[in-house]
Amino acid sequence: MSTVCASCFNILVFVTLQQRDPMLKRDGFEDILEERRNSSDLKYALRCYAPVLYKGVTPCKANMLKNIVLQSDQLHYVINQVSQESGEAPDIIQEEASVILEEMAHRLQISTVRFFAFALSKAFKTLFQHVCVNEEGIQRLQQAIQEHPVVLLPSHRSYMDFLLMSYILYTYDLALPVIAAGMDFMGMKFVGEMLRMSGAFFIRRSFGGDKLYWAVFSEYVKTMLRNGFAPIEFFLEGTRSRTCKSLTPKLGLLNIVIEPFFKGEVFDVNLVPVSISYERILEESLYARELLGVPKPKESTSGLLKARRILSEDYGSIHVYFGQPVSVRSLAQGKVNRSTYNLFPRHIPRKPMEETQSFVNDTAYRIVRLQEDNMVLKPWVLMASLLLQNLEGLELSVLTEQTVWLRGLALSYAAFLDWPDHAPTAKVVSSSLALHRGLACVSGGRVSLVVGEPLGPVTPEEALFNRAVSVLSCASYRNQVLHVFLRPAMLAVAMHTAASSKKNEVYNCFSFLWDMFSNDFILCPGDIVQDFEEACYLLVKTGAVQMPQQDIVMTDIGQPTLSFFNGLLEPFLQGYQVVCRYLCEEASEGLTEKQYIPAVRSFAVKLILAGNLRCYEVLSSDMQKNALAALLRMDAVRKVKVADQVTLIVNKMAVNSIDDILGGKLPTQKALLARL
Amino acid sequence: MLTSDSCLSLHKHGSSMASDSNSSESQRIAQQRLRIIAGHLQKHKDDDSGTIATECKAEANKGTVPRKRQEIMKWNGWGYSDSKFLFNKKGQAEFTGKRYRLSGMVLPSLQDWFENTFGASVNHKSPATPALNASAVPPASLNEAFVEDLKATGIPFSHEAEDRVFRAHGHCLHEIFALREGKKFERVPDMVVWPNCHNDVVKIVELACKHNVCLIPYGGGTSVTSALECPPEETRCIVSLDTSQMNRILWIDEKNLVAHVEAGIIGQDLERLLNESGYCTGHEPDSMEFSSLGGWVATRASGMKKNVYGNIEDLVIHIKVVTPRGVIEKSCQGPRMSTGPDIHHFILGSEGTLGVVTEVTMKIRPIPEYQKYGSVVFPNFEAGVACLREVAKQRCAPASIRLMDNEQFQFGHALKPQVSSIFTNFVEGLKKFYITKFKGFDPHQLVVATLLFEGDRERVLQHEKQVYDIAATFGGLAAGEDNGQRGYILTFVIAYLRDLGMDYYVVAESFETSVPWDRVLDLCRNVKERINRECKERGVQFQPLTSCRVTQTYDAGACVYFYFAFNYRGLADPVHTYERVEHAAREEILANGGSLSHHHGVGKLRKEWMKESISSLGVGMLQSVKDYVDPDNIFGNRNLL
Repeated sequence: MSTVCASCFNILVFVTLQQRDPMLKRDGFEDILEERRNSSDLKYALRCYAPVLYKGVTPCKANMLKNIVLQSDQLHYVINQVSQESGEAPDIIQEEASVILEEMAHRLQISTVRFFAFALSKAFKTLFQHVCVNEEGIQRLQQAIQEHPVVLLPSHRSYMDFLLMSYILYTYDLALPVIAAGMDFMGMKFVGEMLRMSGAFFIRRSFGGDKLYWAVFSEYVKTMLRNGFAPIEFFLEGTRSRTCKSLTPKLGLLNIVIEPFFKGEVFDVNLVPVSISYERILEESLYARELLGVPKPKESTSGLLKARRILSEDYGSIHVYFGQPVSVRSLAQGKVNRSTYNLFPRHIPRKPMEETQSFVNDTAYRIVRLQEDNMVLKPWVLMASLLLQNLEGLELSVLTEQTVWLRGLALSYAAFLDWPDHAPTAKVVSSSLALHRGLACVSGGRVSLVVGEPLGPVTPEEALFNRAVSVLSCASYRNQVLHVFLRPAMLAVAMHTAASSKKNEVYNCFSFLWDMFSNDFILCPGDIVQDFEEACYLLVKTGAVQMPQQDIVMTDIGQPTLSFFNGLLEPFLQGYQVVCRYLCEEASEGLTEKQYIPAVRSFAVKLILAGNLRCYEVLSSDMQKNALAALLRMDAVRKVKVADQVTLIVNKMAVNSIDDILGGKLPTQKALLARL
Repeated sequence: MLTSDSCLSLHKHGSSMASDSNSSESQRIAQQRLRIIAGHLQKHKDDDSGTIATECKAEANKGTVPRKRQEIMKWNGWGYSDSKFLFNKKGQAEFTGKRYRLSGMVLPSLQDWFENTFGASVNHKSPATPALNASAVPPASLNEAFVEDLKATGIPFSHEAEDRVFRAHGHCLHEIFALREGKKFERVPDMVVWPNCHNDVVKIVELACKHNVCLIPYGGGTSVTSALECPPEETRCIVSLDTSQMNRILWIDEKNLVAHVEAGIIGQDLERLLNESGYCTGHEPDSMEFSSLGGWVATRASGMKKNVYGNIEDLVIHIKVVTPRGVIEKSCQGPRMSTGPDIHHFILGSEGTLGVVTEVTMKIRPIPEYQKYGSVVFPNFEAGVACLREVAKQRCAPASIRLMDNEQFQFGHALKPQVSSIFTNFVEGLKKFYITKFKGFDPHQLVVATLLFEGDRERVLQHEKQVYDIAATFGGLAAGEDNGQRGYILTFVIAYLRDLGMDYYVVAESFETSVPWDRVLDLCRNVKERINRECKERGVQFQPLTSCRVTQTYDAGACVYFYFAFNYRGLADPVHTYERVEHAAREEILANGGSLSHHHGVGKLRKEWMKESISSLGVGMLQSVKDYVDPDNIFGNRNLL
């Protein structure tokens, strides 16, 4: 892909923008708390609730659902198979399956839902200023639920997410979803059962080789889907994103819900991306600590109750955007040949074919991108991006001025920015600072990050740790805007590192970065050329870049934009370089996967303390994991399993040259060769 | 749908055989039969003269179909000219003519059903061009040398526009629509020949090879796969080889229960002639009124009563085919052979691409002593399919068992003739009350299975009980003989009904597939949904009618038949729209595990999916046979491959 002619690029751009354009027409929001503040919560919780289901199906009692699953051909096949392999009688395996199902299944009860409706109304009113929902999206969803089985795919930033989802659907009299939840909730006895009764079903985090578990689980989900008993909800990202960046999607459940379409068991499946944006996330500082290696507190009921002090704070508003339902049928048109399923009995489980796998993978990425597109951004997100590039602080007036500039840039890149109408800029900036006073403060006209003041004397490590918490918390806001700027920013970096302004060379750098960072950011597989073209288009559109003939050059007015973009990605470039350096310089022969994160962390701490590194973000385990995943993908590091330990084997030459390219010391072409 | 049809003879024979049917009915039927025979005799009186008699002509030709088909059949629609549906001055539907059970009857509920189902109105007519416009027919480009040599053989031929146009089409929607609209034809046969026997065919094929003329065999003309369409790119003279005059039973062998028959014979004549000797073939495709034995072989036809008698491939003992390389025959009539791949299977389904089937030896059976219709009502389609599956599993399917969906059930009801007595009305009302109110069946969900039992009386009654018992376990209620019989009437009148629809802006077509049992329901649902959706997307203003039925059961699956119709007012090119929708529906069928065709064949309509269906290697195998048998593509209809 090193020589791509300009004209193909142009065609691609045209197509891409056409495809993406409809998404940019976004709906308006309604605040659902407004009515709650003006009328009785009790009445609301007890009101008549009669949602319309798929093709007028009557709702299925939880027990009946279990019976259908236990009697399915699919499950019987696996039970017999397991019975033959293990020598156990089928009855016993059947009993096992029934126990698994018991542990897994939801027990949706309207009374519990009403309880939550009441309790959450109270809680939301104290915690949040507004809970805004796009009602047009709700109407589209209502339509979709009646026509096809629906899968709700919300973004995942907080524990609140699924309670909030059910709360909204209840509010709008829509069918309540059944929600795939991690087994960790089950630890909280009472809460776990409450969640179960509000529609959650529980799955073990890992059940790799357990055929029976997989069969029960997938048949349970498929039965609900095929019959359209309820919309199915799960988180494509698999877990809450601690960084507020979207996580690369997990495919297991998506495979399960798409398969009935390929097998012709349903006419279509509609995937509905839902973007839930929090102005302030409840778990904000918890996440930062977690990323820095303080293990996350085990979910326990008492822990949740302690969280009550959270209730006294102001968490701003929530925006929930229900995206356009995506028809799996339309997506698969021309990509997957369904008749390949014709020659194999449908009840026998089978690994999806390559064609299907790549389709599901592609779909997953596209859905996550749709989630990103409709995330609502607050002005603070822009301010956080600027603050992080000025860790020593900056004048309030400068911050205000740059925020206004950045707002213009973000809007021209189609960011979904919630900037208050008619409010003077100074007011917007000051109220943002007020809401996030835990993160930034103004003193003497200068804005800087707040560093938590510990009690008593502090070691240099502790001070560093405190500062890192602030930086990572702040970064979690900057991260929210990354998807808007990512592609032009990578192009800006590529222009900076490329040896010349030749389009091909810039493209090579771009494609290296694209590949390198594809664990950290949502980059749809195979979209590299399209992304490059989009980046070019956007930078040209905002006047930062010109493209005479086969060159890409900065314009006279391009400097601020390009340097902002370089600064935006700087922490990632530096972070990855630190990882590379660690692997080349410090890593011992038998480095295990387990040791990797603490080792990189202490390496980075040493560098920072010695004044050789100013980047705190490399302390984030998320970045460390992503960097390792990238190096593994690029074959610069290999995993070897020795006994029970997974050891990392480092190809120092390859890692070294990656380090050099990231630092701009080596042109991409050479480095790529070195990798081979 | 059109390769289907004619329960005409079925009903006649059926009821006269049934020992308990009332005598006035059998008298009426006997009279009707006499009338038909008299009609045929009359027609053959003024047979084309001026042709030289050949040895084949020694015997008088007794077939139903004259050389000039247009004398008794519609040139731009289905079936006999004298039989058609129309809305009379009072707006009531009636069926004209005297040939069928419905003939001369008024159908009071058809208008309501028609208008409500399609959003059509009897006031909005879309009449057909009254007569063939000869100037729309391209002039015949004759191969003079061939014509000269042909004349010498004395085999009759014609190059009149009417004869040529009649053989330029089958009964696909686009073909009939074009005829009705008086559209200009791109390519029609340049001449028509009527061989009288096998030897005539041998001569014609020899001459065609000698003069490089393209031959297109023509049997009953009931193709619904564009198989009879002339390839527009064909520059040679195209000769339509009409087999209709090769219609004799040459001998009957009662010891082995086989009959040797000329392949041009049409279904109703074959059954009638065999019946005279106390036999039948039992092969009753819905089109048997007009379709020919040779056509059945060439398309792998399936008969309604295949559960007792088998499909055409099970019935055929020997086939004689004239190809450009010579005549294909076997050396004996052994009932089964292990002599390599069965060469009959190159012929069966070859769709006229290899040669002309001239004579067939096929199994015959004594006429069954007793015949009885029946029907079962199920609360929904799912229950009905489950019942048919169980019947197939227990291998106790009656001669015919068909499951109609709710749309077709309602359609069937719209075809009920005016009831003369108040009592019948009352009984009908009572039945309806019992099923919908007492048994709680939803009239918009319930479906009906129609049954036909055959055999000796005792066995039939026993068999009947067994099937009804199975049905009961799936919630089925016996719903009487009358409903069953009406289901089979629907099969043959539906082709006539399409012409009525086309008079009022409604286009309709059918298509079929075969599918494993476990996919039947999914396939039916998805195909219907796909049709509805495609119609909407393509700007069809009215809700289309999509209906299906399971028409055949097998051990491992079933044959499913779809009807699809819509009101095309407001569409610029309804035929194109229709074709796109059918195309999409076929893709949906294939994606849902259905076959490309159960019995209609491929023709040119479904050629594009052949590779996908039988692999490119499979296509290559067929192609190599074609290349060997017909290297110069004399049989150039370009079907199949």
